[in-house]
Amino acid sequence: MLWEVDIYPRAGQTDRTSGDLRGEAADMGWPDLNVTAAHGYLLEGRLTPDDAERVARALLADNVVEQTVVAPLGDARLAAPPKEAAAETAGEGATLLHVMPKPGVMDPVAQSALAAIADLEVPVTAVRTMRKMWIAGLADADLDKLAAKVLSNDAIEQVIRGPLDLERLEVGTPYAFELVHVPIRELDTDALNRLSHEAQLYLQPAEMQAIAAYYRELGRDPTDVELETLAQTWSEHCSHKTLAGRIAYEGPLGAGDSPRDERQFENMLKETIFAATQAIRQQLGDDDWCVSVFEDNAGIVRFDEEDNVVFKVETHNHPSAIEPYGGANTGIGGVIRDPLGTGLGAKPIANTDVFCFALPDVAADRLPPGVLHPRRVMKGVVAGVRDYGNRMGIPTVNGAVYFDERYLGNPLVYCGNVGILPRDKSHKEPQPGDLIVAVGGRTGRDGIHGATFSSVELTHESESISGSAVQIGNAITEKMVLDVVLAARDQGLYSAITDCGAGGFSSAVGEMGEKIGAEVWLERAPVKYAGLSYTEIWISEAQERMVLSVPPEKWEALSQLAASEGVEATVIGKFVPTGRLQLKYNDHEVADLAMKFLHDGRPPVVRQAIYTPPSEGQLADRQGTPAAVDGDDAGEILLDILGSPNVASKHWIIRQYDHEVQGGSVIKPLVGVANDGPSDAAVVRPKLVSRRGLVIACGMNPRYAAFDTYHMAASAIDEALRNCVAVGANPSRIAILDNFCWGDCERSETLGALVRAALACYDVATGMTTPFISGKDSLNNEFSYVDEDGRKRTIAIPSTLLISALGQVADVKRCVTMDLKQSGSLLYQVGTTHQELGGSHLALVRDLDGGSVPKVDVPLAKQILAAVHRAIDGGLVRACHDLSEGGLAVALAEMAFAGNLGTTVDLAQVPRSANAADATSLLFSESNTRFVCEVEEQHAAAFEAALADVPHGRIGKVDGGDRLKIAHDGETLLDIDLATLKRRWQAPFDW
Amino acid sequence: MPQPRVLILRAPGTNCDVETAFAFETAGAIAERVHIGRVLERADVLADYQILCIPGGFSYGDDVAAGRIFGNQIRHHLAERMQAFRDEGKLILGICNGFQVLIKSGLLLDEADGPQATLTWNDSGQFEDRWVRLGVRGELSVFLKGIDQMYLPVAHAEGKLVTRDEVTLARLDAAGQLPLRYLPLDNSANGTGDQVEVPFPDNPNGSQLAAAAMCDESGRVLGLMPHPERHIDPVQHPRWTRGEGGEQGDGLAVFQNAVGYFA
Repeated sequence: MLWEVDIYPRAGQTDRTSGDLRGEAADMGWPDLNVTAAHGYLLEGRLTPDDAERVARALLADNVVEQTVVAPLGDARLAAPPKEAAAETAGEGATLLHVMPKPGVMDPVAQSALAAIADLEVPVTAVRTMRKMWIAGLADADLDKLAAKVLSNDAIEQVIRGPLDLERLEVGTPYAFELVHVPIRELDTDALNRLSHEAQLYLQPAEMQAIAAYYRELGRDPTDVELETLAQTWSEHCSHKTLAGRIAYEGPLGAGDSPRDERQFENMLKETIFAATQAIRQQLGDDDWCVSVFEDNAGIVRFDEEDNVVFKVETHNHPSAIEPYGGANTGIGGVIRDPLGTGLGAKPIANTDVFCFALPDVAADRLPPGVLHPRRVMKGVVAGVRDYGNRMGIPTVNGAVYFDERYLGNPLVYCGNVGILPRDKSHKEPQPGDLIVAVGGRTGRDGIHGATFSSVELTHESESISGSAVQIGNAITEKMVLDVVLAARDQGLYSAITDCGAGGFSSAVGEMGEKIGAEVWLERAPVKYAGLSYTEIWISEAQERMVLSVPPEKWEALSQLAASEGVEATVIGKFVPTGRLQLKYNDHEVADLAMKFLHDGRPPVVRQAIYTPPSEGQLADRQGTPAAVDGDDAGEILLDILGSPNVASKHWIIRQYDHEVQGGSVIKPLVGVANDGPSDAAVVRPKLVSRRGLVIACGMNPRYAAFDTYHMAASAIDEALRNCVAVGANPSRIAILDNFCWGDCERSETLGALVRAALACYDVATGMTTPFISGKDSLNNEFSYVDEDGRKRTIAIPSTLLISALGQVADVKRCVTMDLKQSGSLLYQVGTTHQELGGSHLALVRDLDGGSVPKVDVPLAKQILAAVHRAIDGGLVRACHDLSEGGLAVALAEMAFAGNLGTTVDLAQVPRSANAADATSLLFSESNTRFVCEVEEQHAAAFEAALADVPHGRIGKVDGGDRLKIAHDGETLLDIDLATLKRRWQAPFDW
Repeated sequence: MPQPRVLILRAPGTNCDVETAFAFETAGAIAERVHIGRVLERADVLADYQILCIPGGFSYGDDVAAGRIFGNQIRHHLAERMQAFRDEGKLILGICNGFQVLIKSGLLLDEADGPQATLTWNDSGQFEDRWVRLGVRGELSVFLKGIDQMYLPVAHAEGKLVTRDEVTLARLDAAGQLPLRYLPLDNSANGTGDQVEVPFPDNPNGSQLAAAAMCDESGRVLGLMPHPERHIDPVQHPRWTRGEGGEQGDGLAVFQNAVGYFA
């Protein structure tokens, strides 16, 4: 029998459920929605009315602020909201809708409720959460639209109109074993390609032929699970075959080289980004502080005498496009498992999250079909990161958000995690004879491509269960796994660990056993519900699972430890010295593959890459008229840039993240007199007993991609480094990560743009002695749809390279923040301004094209970073801010309003190149490697001495008033009060 | 008694246990983090400790309601042991999620006529991480003795204190059981929480009477939403680079009071 518990606010209490719906509906074009809503639970079990009432009263509802309606399904009491809870008209003639997760979709609240009900000794066997709403005043068609666009997401939820008519909640059907072989030996090329597509293997023709040849030699056909294993291991996602493949590149090589150069790569990533790190490590010799790079799940570098630190950033773009909350949720959940699966397991200590969205104010009726509104994407992504990161107890300390219309349909969601790892736990080695142990969440159909799931249990209709793209995480399961893993690590209970990410057990066990061999007993894996085939168990990407390699004599201790924390740990196989991957299901052998073929049998991908940077034109408007921006307009431009979405305050996001849990926070994301200025980077102390700090920052300039991806990449690295240095990081101890998000790299031009960026990564990293320690690429970020005229349209994202930086400070007491501190201080610009307005925010807010894109003078940049660090470390700098979007004007405005200290600046002493004498360039150019430093008068001489070998100029003074005043050649360019500046900066996201 | 022993009680999803143990140790106690499972197996373990602390986090994911499931475990399995612990003159502290657990476990207020108060969703409808200024009222709470004001962070979604009715609210206020109040941030005067109308974000959740904490009638059980363990070290202050904050973080005094109580 099914019981329903509906929960409404008591009279006089805030009605959140209805209020949220009204807010979201208004965002999407349905103002003043007439709705009465409840949240509720469905309970399955042999309950008496008293039982159901007791569960509602003692567990599900808060009797101080909430009231309930409890009844068996079908009861008339469920057909109308209680009078006092109903909105003015809803209820009378309103339509009743129920929204609930589809069967099989993770429902963490239901799971927890089920366990808590068991604790009350009430016989409930299944629980599902739901939302229930009465909506009045909408036509049917409008209601359908509202249901699809606002009330639910059909990727994970179902909407049921009218009273619920269900018989049971439990899902699953018995599974009858049947071994499936796929006859491929006799297939011709076309048939192989069809198979690759139809079976969703997505392998290249040459790869399919290599597999067919392998099985012809064996004299048998592959089983389905063997083919799936090969497809997964050889996938772009797992093997990065495009970028690590052979590429013939034609285009410029260095910063300003001839466009007709050529270079052949055997392994492009190895010869650019990895090679940079190798060169740096060689050069550093005994001072090498890299520990493990591009090997493990995350890069590892030295921190102090006892510990190393690890860093990894991943993307979760496509899932986030379809289901923003779940996509971001499992994105952060997934990247946290990377440090946890690095070495013998690092403790995660900080998250960083960078997003790219289309503009949130785009008109809802102008969206292509199938696209979620960017505002909904943004809210969902932020909520997903918030709920997972906060629950994990990992502070989210750094981030950025970029807006561009080309991220419509393909938002980017970068999630990163930093961990700390004892030096003697930094390497792992599974041993022959070790048990393969799965720890954490159960395995379901989650993440199996295109799997469908018969759900007669719930709706008597066939429903599709969520595929790989749409999962919801359960952070508490992962937190429990984390607690167990770290305890087991410290007790030495396992010899290796890795995470179950893309590819599930297939990829985790396949990688761990690569050098040994493995035998897996698939029927032993704990499953969420009955009915999973051996293949589904093997390739499921269900969340919150880790795989450990456990010596048999340690198993008992590990098992007890896991049980004591309520975590499931199960032996699912054994590493055996056979060099083979053998899968069994109840004594049936379902796969037997040579590790060598699995890992080395893939024929190399060969691609052409071409890059032709557009020639640099003058800064001009859309009609090609050279831009006549003069000083007169400076104040308006500054206000427009401050209020542009990339630059505007992100406090709405930051405040929803717990950025202080673990107690290590030193420099927070918001700083200044009112805790609301934009910090350049975050600083945390990973060890509460130590003064040593970690600095986390990022750099990204997708707007520069249209000019030259070389300079875009160089600028992103420079920005990430200067953000770190601005708060006090030692520039010779900064490690960086690359995350390429690109369009379809089967197009030579798109791949060429990527190779060009990778060449810059090599040049700048070696020039700065800044090692890349890990990275990841996400290709095919394009969104296709059919427009009203039936034509196929494709939107490709701008080539987007995120550089994430992990810096270190010896003593956090030396750190500085960007807010001005003291009336009477002097202000300096460090670094040279060039006329570099191409891709700038000035160009953005004035709708201009062309101009020169900012470049990096690498040797000088290295000197500047060292000099600024010297000055900060010497205690000579009170405030420091890097110059980025919006240039000097924006940096000064932010420093002044964050410190609430007026400032007078004259541009006469701004270090500049000959072509940048105009006020526009001096104020708004986005030239790299520049800072503004606040220096007390008494330290001026020492500061200038520290900066002696790099360009710097005294540009003004903190006057203590309430205005920002900037003059040029004796003429006032702008004079704006700080409150106005701050208001414009905060307004866009004051949601 | 030289060094009191603190039991930091953790459950699945507890995540402020390490820094809370560190805060107690900095104040001079011996702190041990113990899983609820161990206490449920053997409640006698409580006898080894003088202070019980339920730290912050998301016990059981905040699923159903923050603190509800952990609170129910205490209510149904440990209520008598916990009451005895308090009645022996020992101390109980709940921070953030720990406060939510305490109020929902029935340990803070008499529930003969049903629950008198709860912590529910912030008026803003979302999680808020921000620093607040707090004023201490009265002298009932052992943990707040001698403290006038504190500057601490809050980080929660469900921190709005709501009582069953106005009578209950007035009674708790009069009894000194609402010992910590959010103060206006921009008020540099030494207010001690007489301002009832404290607007958002200074009162970050819309709590009645701007109450940030609640204690039991004995003063030995305290639940508070702000995080004293996050302001132990001067560099945790959001404006330490401006020279603000003292030589020790404001929150340390809470732990020192607890330790000092057994001196």
